[in-house]
Amino acid sequence: MMNRLFEIINSSIGRKVIMAITGIVVVGFLLGHMTGNLLVFKGPDAINHYAEFLQSKPLLIWTNRIVLLVSLILHIWAATTLTLDAWNARPVPYASSQRILETTYAARTMRWGGPIIALYVIYHLLHFTVGRVGPQHFEGDVYMNIVTGFRIPYIAGFYIICMLAIGFHLYHGIWSFFQTLGANHPLYNPLRRIIAVAIALTITAGFISVPLGVIFRVIGGDIP
Amino acid sequence: MSEKGMKLNLKIWRQKSSKDKGGFVDYKVENISPNMSFLEMLDVLNEKIILEGGEPIAFDNDCREGICGMCGLYINGRPHGPQSGTTTCQLHMRSFRDGELITIEPWRCGAFPIVKDLIVDRSALDKIIMAGGFISVSTGAAPEANTIPVPRDDSGNSMDAAQCIGCGACIAACPNASAMLFTAAKISHLGLLPQGQPERKKRALSMVKAMDDAGFGGCTNHGECEAACPKNVSTKFIARMNRDYISAGLTEEPEKE
Repeated sequence: MMNRLFEIINSSIGRKVIMAITGIVVVGFLLGHMTGNLLVFKGPDAINHYAEFLQSKPLLIWTNRIVLLVSLILHIWAATTLTLDAWNARPVPYASSQRILETTYAARTMRWGGPIIALYVIYHLLHFTVGRVGPQHFEGDVYMNIVTGFRIPYIAGFYIICMLAIGFHLYHGIWSFFQTLGANHPLYNPLRRIIAVAIALTITAGFISVPLGVIFRVIGGDIP
Repeated sequence: MSEKGMKLNLKIWRQKSSKDKGGFVDYKVENISPNMSFLEMLDVLNEKIILEGGEPIAFDNDCREGICGMCGLYINGRPHGPQSGTTTCQLHMRSFRDGELITIEPWRCGAFPIVKDLIVDRSALDKIIMAGGFISVSTGAAPEANTIPVPRDDSGNSMDAAQCIGCGACIAACPNASAMLFTAAKISHLGLLPQGQPERKKRALSMVKAMDDAGFGGCTNHGECEAACPKNVSTKFIARMNRDYISAGLTEEPEKE
């Protein structure tokens, strides 16, 4: 029985399904993370209390972290092996450049977007969670860390660029999620693009609003 | 039509055998009628090469009516050339400018070894068909109309999938050299009809396995296959194949030993 299951999961379609499902898990996390971040606009108390609340629920936070970590590992495994399969499938490239007819910028940058986002996530955790990189880390003061971090232009700029990369990745990923799981029907096909654009835009805009808010002193304007 | 016809500069892939390294050779042709098909233009070039004592350029072709799936050249970065929904044999020289440089390559895919020049071995597609692209029992001659009820949409979709002529343009166009549009079309055209139901799950499992074993890449939803397909087979069949495969993987009972 297990052999059969592994064979199905290890097939090209099986790995695509794994990629789609784990991707959507991360999308769900990002929606929550982004919504939580917006509390920073309500001032230091709102976001710091929210952070304290999360820290007071170790079971919740660790379940979340483990599910996310497992999802990301499976996502990266599927992406890496499928990419290698694709590269092996065309050992001799075309001499003439392939005319692009249908594919989008988002679709073509999935394979470079992925590793860039992975590196970003490592930096992000070191910056805000561990506090090892970036400016002075204020333990437990999320608000202060956000303000002092994003006041440094290159850090804010790097975050904004990475959020745009995530936006493109999410757009093609969410659209592909439907197609990979077989959700294709003339009645709601246009909805697939709309949903993909809506979620990708919401997440990207929500995340970017924080560094922009710090740069324009909407957040932490009273801090010298 | 101009008196002199068109002049063209051609850059064509020549390769003596599968073991040869191969390379591009430049040719010039003159007096080409804009109403010639692309293959007729190559015929003219080959006659010239033969008269000069050279080895003619090998390219696959058969019906020259756009229905057999034998022809297939990668022309200026597009399988079957610049006109959509058209096989190479049905592409006419009026689709090109006088004096244009045309680059002609074979399909590039590890599962399609080059036999000679522009001819590739597409047996890998036959292996996918042999794995399940059939109905195991004799279904007899065409039955009396309406004795087997087939919903109209199903028969229409089945025929849309059955448009696939197995030329391999989808694979040639795919950035991943994936054969999913071909496999999906073959799985769907049988799976949509009543006669195809008993083996539907088994077919999905075994044809996808044959596709993976042949060494094609996976689908990343670029949509280039559908755009290159001379028969406009839709990527909706890939979604359908995914559905069939997932449900078969979860529910099909393995064969008894």
